[in-house]
Amino acid sequence: MDKTLLEAHTLESEEALIPQENWFERSETLQKLNKKKKFPTIWCSGCGIGVVMGALIRAIDHLGLDNDKVALVAGIGCTARMPGYLDFNTLHTTHGRALAFATGLKIARPDLEVIAIMGDGDALAIGGNHFIHAARRNLGITALVVNNAIYGMTGGQYSPTTPLGGIATTSPYGNVEPPFPICDLAIAAGATYVARSSVYHALELDKFLAEAIAKNGFSVVEAVSYCHTTFGRLNKLGTAADMMRALKDNTIAKSALERLTPEEQAANTKIVRGKFIDIERPQYTQVYSDLIVRVQEVSHEQEND
Amino acid sequence: MTVKLMQGNDAIGWGAIAAGCRFYAGYPITPSTEVAEILSRELPKVGGKFIQMEDEIASMAAIIGARVGGLKSMTATSGPGFSLMQENIGYAAMTEIPCVVVNVQRLGPSTGQPTAASQGDVMQARWGSHGDHPMIALSPTSVRQSFDLTVKAFDLSEKYRTPVILLADEIVGHMREPVELPDFKTIKVFEHKVTETPATYKGFRNTPEGVPPLAAFGTGYRYHITGLFHNEDGFPTQNLSEIDPWLERVNTKLEKHIDDITMLEEDFQDGAKVAFLSYGASARTARHAMKIARAQGKKVDLLTLYTIWPFPEKQVEALGELVDWIIVPEMNLGQLAYEVERMVGRKKVRRVGLANGEMVTPQMVLDAMES
Repeated sequence: MDKTLLEAHTLESEEALIPQENWFERSETLQKLNKKKKFPTIWCSGCGIGVVMGALIRAIDHLGLDNDKVALVAGIGCTARMPGYLDFNTLHTTHGRALAFATGLKIARPDLEVIAIMGDGDALAIGGNHFIHAARRNLGITALVVNNAIYGMTGGQYSPTTPLGGIATTSPYGNVEPPFPICDLAIAAGATYVARSSVYHALELDKFLAEAIAKNGFSVVEAVSYCHTTFGRLNKLGTAADMMRALKDNTIAKSALERLTPEEQAANTKIVRGKFIDIERPQYTQVYSDLIVRVQEVSHEQEND
Repeated sequence: MTVKLMQGNDAIGWGAIAAGCRFYAGYPITPSTEVAEILSRELPKVGGKFIQMEDEIASMAAIIGARVGGLKSMTATSGPGFSLMQENIGYAAMTEIPCVVVNVQRLGPSTGQPTAASQGDVMQARWGSHGDHPMIALSPTSVRQSFDLTVKAFDLSEKYRTPVILLADEIVGHMREPVELPDFKTIKVFEHKVTETPATYKGFRNTPEGVPPLAAFGTGYRYHITGLFHNEDGFPTQNLSEIDPWLERVNTKLEKHIDDITMLEEDFQDGAKVAFLSYGASARTARHAMKIARAQGKKVDLLTLYTIWPFPEKQVEALGELVDWIIVPEMNLGQLAYEVERMVGRKKVRRVGLANGEMVTPQMVLDAMES
């Protein structure tokens, strides 16, 4: 990895999760992934989703999880193709429904680390209802939302996170709909861990993803990405490298923001990276297991009466 | 076991428990809600799990997810909810994940009449999801049969790795009858046995019998499941040399075992020239009409279908050879009659259809016999 890139910005975390040299060769998990890989991916050259996939691999590797105990569930879209390249239990479902499938899987197998992988349209438009209800229930699922602010696979239509005024193939005069703030929505709906980083800040993504997966509750990681092929082209934002650089320039770490004066904070227009909530609430599958014990005790007593 | 008074929907719930269903996800809808109520009460007692989802789309998704995790699973709904489930029913067919979908039919289209009876979802059960796919649908005519066919639905679903629709209706669902349920310990349902090692296992192998064994997630068999066309390993493919064998296997797997899947009852009389053919609550009308006709000295054949899909082509075609007329009473404007016509020709079929929420009466069947 380019060292200058790493040093060029403020990381939310001082310590990087992964060894920075020869990490691929040193990781048994990654060796296993390599064996079954289905490369090349469907993603365009320069796409940010590959960075997120790398972060996910490193986070799982860091946690030392058994591949058999990890399930990746995805919906439909560019991001949702990620599980197909990875050597875990992988379920590629219908558009918007990753969290609903994941709900059934997690309840059936609470011992599995279930990670739902979605794009912004998948998670928040067609899947918006499942997103808020999974958060409300506090199921022990990690929701990884790659936010590239566009429907990429279908060719660049505006999504629930496309910025106001943004040009898309279905908003040729500029988008008139305000975007969803994904992290605020997740917090309001009841998620117990919510963090945001960008594909430029890969090591920060590693850390947030590892924390989110380890969290015993519904956790959300928003990975801000870009689509140079559609949104970038339509809005004249340059190459993939230009858009990557923009994520460096147009984001600010929460800790850095907090060091600013209240006036400066109020005037901030940059995307804030950081961990926004990390709280404890009873986790659904544990609550239901307790319910089963309680009900079985009562019905056993009734049988003995 | 003692005789108990219960309604069809209760019997469906007990059938699920007896068949080993240990996960239910659903959304409240009349006239199916009792199925959810009884399972929310009974599933935790046997270590099973119940969840009320945010809608029917999520319910269908959740039961597939739970079965991927290894639990036999079911949902129950009615017309509007059944419409919402169609995409994921197709996903279950495509990915060959067993699951049972109970549709206690009510009057449609749209919101229709939630408390009125109907058999208007016969064609939707077969063709509601886009694309060609196999489908099994069973239709009970009584409370006891609601129990038996629920058990059978789980058995067939597992055995053939396909979603099974239990096409009940408001009349049988809410009808109360005294029933004696069998000892649940005596009930056997097909169980998948994976004998291969994870190294050689292929979740979608093109086996001669058409149904490769299904491994649950988290048991050491890591593999990929997708609603895209996929190869034997489960990975997406656009290669016709992989797609064509898949199409051949999946779309003929039920045909290969049609005698195991087909359930019906023939009550024929030598020399009869008229037959009544029906299913679900309307089969009770047909049986009543048959009794009246025979009491009047008229010869009548009665064919009651319990398996609606795949349509029992062989048996209906044979009936067409025996009689001049087949009268098909049903609570729709002639949906199953289409299939009967396909087998015996339009001229031999008389439709007796009602789509106003009322039950077809025996007199309407007898009138059709005279006309």
